[in-house]
Amino acid sequence: MTKSELIAELASANPHLLSRDVELIVSTIFDEITAALARGTRVELRGFGAFTVKRRDARTGRNPRTGEAVPVNEKAVPFFKAGKELRERVDRGGKSIHAPSRAERVLA
Amino acid sequence: MNTVTRAQLAETIYAQVGLSRNDSADLLETVLERMSRALEAGDSVKISGFGTFSVRQKGRRIGRNPKTGVEVPILPRRVLTFRPSQVLKAHVNGLAIPASDDE
Repeated sequence: MTKSELIAELASANPHLLSRDVELIVSTIFDEITAALARGTRVELRGFGAFTVKRRDARTGRNPRTGEAVPVNEKAVPFFKAGKELRERVDRGGKSIHAPSRAERVLA
Repeated sequence: MNTVTRAQLAETIYAQVGLSRNDSADLLETVLERMSRALEAGDSVKISGFGTFSVRQKGRRIGRNPKTGVEVPILPRRVLTFRPSQVLKAHVNGLAIPASDDE
């Protein structure tokens, strides 16, 4: 699914909205998450997941082609951790009936 | 450091799009639900300028209970990964935003 497919799905499910507005809504959501992360603010959407920014220390990397040592500066990396509900839904995937609990999986 | 939640995102939609507060919250929920369904079906969700959510199949492996040291099989499972776009990475580093999209 792409962003435009997502917009198309939402537009057909919400015929009372202009597709221009649906597009604006979807863009607003991702722009706001981006803006929050740019400020270093975490975004938490219960059941879906949390977006955070992780710091990576400066390190000495290597040019894989030449083997030459290259300094890599400290940087920030966006990170997403799926929420419990989404994580379980994804894992369950096609097998819809019953999600084995962690204990059941360990014992299986 | 505070946290942005559904409420703030819905408020932003309300302020920017002019839908009612209720509709804004509903739409946000629908967006998350549509994305979740695609991922549940094993499809990846690619949001240009933001990043790609994809589902990875992990094989069976032997794990260990860190407390007792007892070996336990970890069954095959599907996990969700998020790969941020170059644009999002640039934003969190306060860098110039790449003109071209992702990947």
